[in-house]
Amino acid sequence: MSANAAEVSGSANEPMVRFKNVQKSYDGETLVVKDLNVDIARGEFLTMLGPSGSGKTTSLMMLAGFEPATHGEIILNGRPINDVPPHKRGIGMVFQNYALFPHMTVAENLAFPLQVRKMSKSDAAAKVKRALEMVELPEFGDRRPAQLSGGQQQRVAVARALVFEPDLVLMDEPLGALDKQLREQMQYEIKHIHESLGVTVVYVTHDQSEALTMSDRIAVFNDGVIQQLSSPDTLYEKPDNSFVAQFIGENNRLQGVINEVRGDACVVKLDSGDEVLAEQVVPGGTGTRTTLSIRPERIELDPAPGACPVTIDGKIEELIYLGDHIRVRMNVAGTNEFIVKVRNHTGRKPLAAGQQASVGWDPIDCRALDALT
Amino acid sequence: MSTTAPPAPLLPSNAVDSTGPITAADGTPLQTALSRATRKARIRAFLLVAPLLAFVVLTFVAPIGQMLWRSVSNDSFSANMPALTAWFAENEALGSDGGPEGDGIPGEDAFEALATDLKGARENRTAGIVGTRVNYDLSGTRSLFTKSARQARKLEAPFKAALLDVDEDWGDAELWSVMRSASRTYTGDFYLAALDMQRNVDGEIEAVPENRRIYVPLFVRTLWLSALIAGLCLLLAFPVAHLLARLPLRYSNILMIFVLLPFWTSLLVRTTSWMVMLQSQGVVNDLMVAVGIVGDDGRIQMMYNQAGTIIAMTHILLPFMILPLYSVMKTIPHDYVRAARSLGATPSTAFWRIYFPQTVPGIGAGVLLVFILAVGYYITPALVGGSSGQLISNLIAFHMQKSLNWSLAAALAALLLAGVMLLYWLYDRLIGIDNMKFG
Repeated sequence: MSANAAEVSGSANEPMVRFKNVQKSYDGETLVVKDLNVDIARGEFLTMLGPSGSGKTTSLMMLAGFEPATHGEIILNGRPINDVPPHKRGIGMVFQNYALFPHMTVAENLAFPLQVRKMSKSDAAAKVKRALEMVELPEFGDRRPAQLSGGQQQRVAVARALVFEPDLVLMDEPLGALDKQLREQMQYEIKHIHESLGVTVVYVTHDQSEALTMSDRIAVFNDGVIQQLSSPDTLYEKPDNSFVAQFIGENNRLQGVINEVRGDACVVKLDSGDEVLAEQVVPGGTGTRTTLSIRPERIELDPAPGACPVTIDGKIEELIYLGDHIRVRMNVAGTNEFIVKVRNHTGRKPLAAGQQASVGWDPIDCRALDALT
Repeated sequence: MSTTAPPAPLLPSNAVDSTGPITAADGTPLQTALSRATRKARIRAFLLVAPLLAFVVLTFVAPIGQMLWRSVSNDSFSANMPALTAWFAENEALGSDGGPEGDGIPGEDAFEALATDLKGARENRTAGIVGTRVNYDLSGTRSLFTKSARQARKLEAPFKAALLDVDEDWGDAELWSVMRSASRTYTGDFYLAALDMQRNVDGEIEAVPENRRIYVPLFVRTLWLSALIAGLCLLLAFPVAHLLARLPLRYSNILMIFVLLPFWTSLLVRTTSWMVMLQSQGVVNDLMVAVGIVGDDGRIQMMYNQAGTIIAMTHILLPFMILPLYSVMKTIPHDYVRAARSLGATPSTAFWRIYFPQTVPGIGAGVLLVFILAVGYYITPALVGGSSGQLISNLIAFHMQKSLNWSLAAALAALLLAGVMLLYWLYDRLIGIDNMKFG
């Protein structure tokens, strides 16, 4: 599913959010977001993933109403919201640095969105209590944000964005400031909150493992354009282009030229002279330059004869022991950086640096993508 | 690898003793050992600070202390009129009905002491000093002393008649009451004067007549104008500081130069340019006449009155408000207001409930700074204030330079200092000094 496909699928079922030909420029010279078209379904967890400066945060800020779109339309619940100020959009938001009001207690922070909505004190107090219980901080209402740990502040920020029961919650790299272990724990918690409340979440991150863990769909941004919009498994296993293949997970790249097209597959003549069979993704016929992308864990080291449709000879350069698997760096088809992951199971053949070994894979796992320059 | 050392006790015997003080390994008390170990560092730290400490003591603490001392101690009468001072000490309170004749005038012995002192004053040429001191409290008496001292040699008993013959003012009961209080070296009378109070003939404290009250109204005016100037500075500085904190660096740098430019210009130049701007034939009035807002005969008086003081001082003190505000605003991430907006707050709610409370430390610092500077301001009101725009400092300067009543000047300054410290204490109680941020 690509960005264009998502646009078509939205018409069947009214989307929650629709970006229509949205463009954004800050200086009038360069476009930070170039022609953004996304439909976000109700209840979906959509992640905008990309390197910094790719336009993902800008897109989120346009949706929240803090940045005006230079061109195009943003539609929320069927209504264009380009001219609706942020406080009337009813969108919850979690900021990168939490943005908890330092001069208010946790409970006051949570009550703030309810107060500005003129909710009665007792109703507000009940909701605040429930929200604090949801993020497992029922005892912390009287504390100031500065008295909480990073993870606790983060939970309060999530609770505050949800306490007024918005349909849509935006999260701008909310876990960026946490350490790795806490980050992983919070990923699950946010995911569970999303599932139990059924809110729509638009999540921005540059951390690909975070995106894979949490999302229903991921939009990979680069250079102001969505490179691919699909589910985590599709994104990982069937990347549309070299950028996505390289940005998500680890990936071996081999350069070559398409020699022969066979339906969906093609024969690629590598620069080293070897010929391999691959799944054709890049459009074009014979003579098109291409980058082959193969995930390290899909490669078989020293496969039994006939087990793999494609085999190439290589040489082991380096072994890195990682416990559950062994990373084998090999010299294959002219590159020194060819990585193979070997599962650390009993009866594993002994490996040594300098040893000659062949590698093999299924052509389905080897995708002929656009050539990297 | 075994050694034959005796088994080590679990704790060294001298380490922890449940009864005695804790000792170091060599048996000295731990406190002693610790202070010995840190003494060198403390001495070195003190030596580094010593030059500044000496400088501050010599140039700040000592002169101010001396000044404050002067406000309660003035010996210009007692040092130069020893005999009369002694007589006053021996003969307690002489009310309006005191004296041999019950008219508040003392008898012959007092006049004899006075004559002796006047002779001494003539020889030492100190009659002027004594006259000046008495003149503080009762105007027109300086010449009485100098005149009588000139004729002191001719004075003979009976001295009362002789002195009354020189000048009948010596028979004024109020003069004797004033001389009695002036004879005291240590006195609170200067504070009374600074608060528009005096001692009557009976030695009781009373307020001076309405038309002679100067200092209290001036204190009130000083505090009120300073508060007004601080308020105006806050109103003007808040948006500028916000802009400074929010603009991209290259624009905020230019703006910052404009804010700091007045700092690099002489205070006199700035004040004088306000005179050029605001006087009745000045730029602003010419412009208003040219545009037709006011007629040529209706030029607005904006200089040499309170308006001049307020305008010029607000401008001059503005940077002291902008800088603390700016330094606080710069630390407030933009995300707070964004978060408030996303939570449903209107722009004004987000400002008043989220942004403004976080700027309070800067507001406190700026207001306090501007207020304290304004309370003691001198040059600008002196130049542009006219008579209605004078502040208490101008009167302190007057007593320092013109009337040479340093004790009264010191008393006024001490009251001003006390007032500022009181406000500072109040601020600390209400907002907390810890919350203040200058940058």
